[in-house]
Amino acid sequence: MLRRTAYALLVLTLAGTATACGRAAPDPATARDARGPITVWLSNNAQEVRWGRQMVAAWNERHPGQHVTAQQIPAGKTSEEAISASIIAGTSACLVFNTSPAAVPTFQKQNGLVSLSDLPGGDAYIRERGGSLTDQYRSPDGEFYQLPWKSNPVMILYNKKLFRQAGLDAEHPELATYDQFLDTSRELVRSGAAKAAIWPSPSSDFFQPWYDFYPAFAAQSGGKQLIENDEPQFDSPAGRQVAAFWRKLYAERLAPQEAYPGDPMSDGKSAMATVGPWAVAAYKDSVDIGVAPVPTAEGGAGKHSFSDEKSAAMFNSCENRATAWDLLKFATSTGQDGAFLETTGQMPMREDLTTEYAGFFEAKPTYKPFAQQAERVVEVPNVPGSVDIWQAFRDEWTKSVVFGRESTGTGLRNASSKISDLLNEYGDPS
Amino acid sequence: MSVHLQSAPGRSAARGSGTSRPKWEKTPPRRDGGRSRAGALFVSPYVLFVLVVFAVPLVYTVWMSFHRFYFTAPGTDTDSPWVGLSNYRDVFTDPVVGRAFLNIAIFLIINVPLTVGLSLVLASALNSKIRGRAFFRAAFYVPYVTASVALVAVWQFLFGSDGFVNHLLGSHAPDPSWLVNSHLAMPMIAVFVTWKQLGFFVMLYLAALQNVGKELYEAASVDGAGRMRQFFSVTVPGVRPATTLVVIYAIITGANLFSEPYLLTGGGGPDHSSTSPVLLMYQKGIEQGHPDSAAALGVVLVAFVVVVSLAARKLTERGD
Repeated sequence: MLRRTAYALLVLTLAGTATACGRAAPDPATARDARGPITVWLSNNAQEVRWGRQMVAAWNERHPGQHVTAQQIPAGKTSEEAISASIIAGTSACLVFNTSPAAVPTFQKQNGLVSLSDLPGGDAYIRERGGSLTDQYRSPDGEFYQLPWKSNPVMILYNKKLFRQAGLDAEHPELATYDQFLDTSRELVRSGAAKAAIWPSPSSDFFQPWYDFYPAFAAQSGGKQLIENDEPQFDSPAGRQVAAFWRKLYAERLAPQEAYPGDPMSDGKSAMATVGPWAVAAYKDSVDIGVAPVPTAEGGAGKHSFSDEKSAAMFNSCENRATAWDLLKFATSTGQDGAFLETTGQMPMREDLTTEYAGFFEAKPTYKPFAQQAERVVEVPNVPGSVDIWQAFRDEWTKSVVFGRESTGTGLRNASSKISDLLNEYGDPS
Repeated sequence: MSVHLQSAPGRSAARGSGTSRPKWEKTPPRRDGGRSRAGALFVSPYVLFVLVVFAVPLVYTVWMSFHRFYFTAPGTDTDSPWVGLSNYRDVFTDPVVGRAFLNIAIFLIINVPLTVGLSLVLASALNSKIRGRAFFRAAFYVPYVTASVALVAVWQFLFGSDGFVNHLLGSHAPDPSWLVNSHLAMPMIAVFVTWKQLGFFVMLYLAALQNVGKELYEAASVDGAGRMRQFFSVTVPGVRPATTLVVIYAIITGANLFSEPYLLTGGGGPDHSSTSPVLLMYQKGIEQGHPDSAAALGVVLVAFVVVVSLAARKLTERGD
């Protein structure tokens, strides 16, 4: 009896496990031309949700047989984790309008993404809409697994009221060079106007360099990516200047070493933040915002910054891919991009935004610097092991720049060496 | 001299010579390997639970740790080649892993003795007739049943760089502050966890103290033992089985530390000074997409916990 019970339990367990793991993906050839209801996921940004709901309503009104349901991405520490979990479970939505380019190599490796290049007119549509900037979003195999959808070029947002309290010129702040930025920061803290001049998170998360190091490196290096031609680029004069600049901010306590449990800019604890245009709408009720470019050692206009871009991607679990592709084109059409800009203040990945949507930028001039910056943005490198690579960089940055436990030169050299090893490892997985 | 009830003369006499069973004593039910259908039926849900929730994942984890493996979409034809000890080699050569185990060792060295000492002393105090006993019992238990996230907020209010404690200390406050100081971050987490879990261990000791005979205290008192002497000669030996349980439970929960460094020190703290092995498993397995390395790390952690727990058990049961 015992043996039979044990066998029965084992069979049940294995059957249950097999059933849970055995949710098959749709046949690609059938799914490619299939039409029908689909689900799309949106980020949990309130303005994006509002845009998404009106976009889906407009679609559903015109396509009653191809009903689209919009939901927010399931809760998780990051959207990438939630999406990755859904790929493994076979429960991802057809389209996700919040796919980080840094996560695309991982999703590809998980066989979670549909190549948009394989869809009718895929490559041509992406190139036509986004122009030359879209080349940064091709995967190493030359195909597009993401549609570059919107960018949030990172700039310096500052609190005019706190600047005035510190006796600084709030309309023409001196933030262009590293020396000016440091002097302004010292004045902000010394005067007691703000606890911190600037407060990016000093935590060890792999994505934090996108809001301190990377925008400054893009500006200082003339638009270099972290990795180009399979070589790390940051152990260079430009990288060392950026690291030394941030090291001074931390060493002089102008930027705190401890993460703030909330939004320090919104709470009036910090006078500046490195953020994209989404923050203009988010801060509009609490902060009188001014915008300035990311500083460089020498100052000057026309510098690059990090794009903080999010793509739209189609997932392998999608059974009605023809509908999904049509919806993707509808959601990124000139009209919907205009509605998106109007509702969220974020920049659709299009060329000549200021000409195309001139009315918007005339009515809301705060956004114009972001639109101009959007023409000079640098993306994260689209390489396998992207998350590992950023984590390796962040670990050394935290040690050398945030806490000063080794020289910034040593930190960058160590990070470069580790990342070279990772590139070799991912290039030769055997 | 220790007295064993089993060999007491009265009991021996009642059992006769000890070589034959008295007639009035019933034959105990034979252990027949689970031939009772009802019994098998009753235990089957639990057996199923253990299989599904523990056994299958454990076996799968060990399998993953010896293969090159990553999670993929359903229906994907993925090769998971045998890589032998490669994942373990990665684990043992990663300096961050070494740092994580050192952190856990620091944590356990602070947390376990503090937990045992404080909970036993508090339980002894709460076991005596003091005013407001019910209030204190509840007060110590409240942090245990409160969500970690809420308690972390309290801790940050107290020990943040701009927190209450630093306001009191003024220029004597540590620099960098408590939770971002590479020497203080892990001890702070150990103290936080001790405080949070104290109520549970106090409860365990309170239950154990009910079994320590009052006559032992009376006898000790008659022999002239003071309260301290009674504590060390009667209470401590009397609750030794509970101490073993507390120590092993504290080691197991401590070795599985995750949410406190994750929430208190921003995901591992300054320069990995509060990274725990489980936090590292999460980063490797979920964030970085290396479930094989994470599985190897998990197996090493299980071995670590088993070795430390067995050593602790030997230590606490010494003299029994």
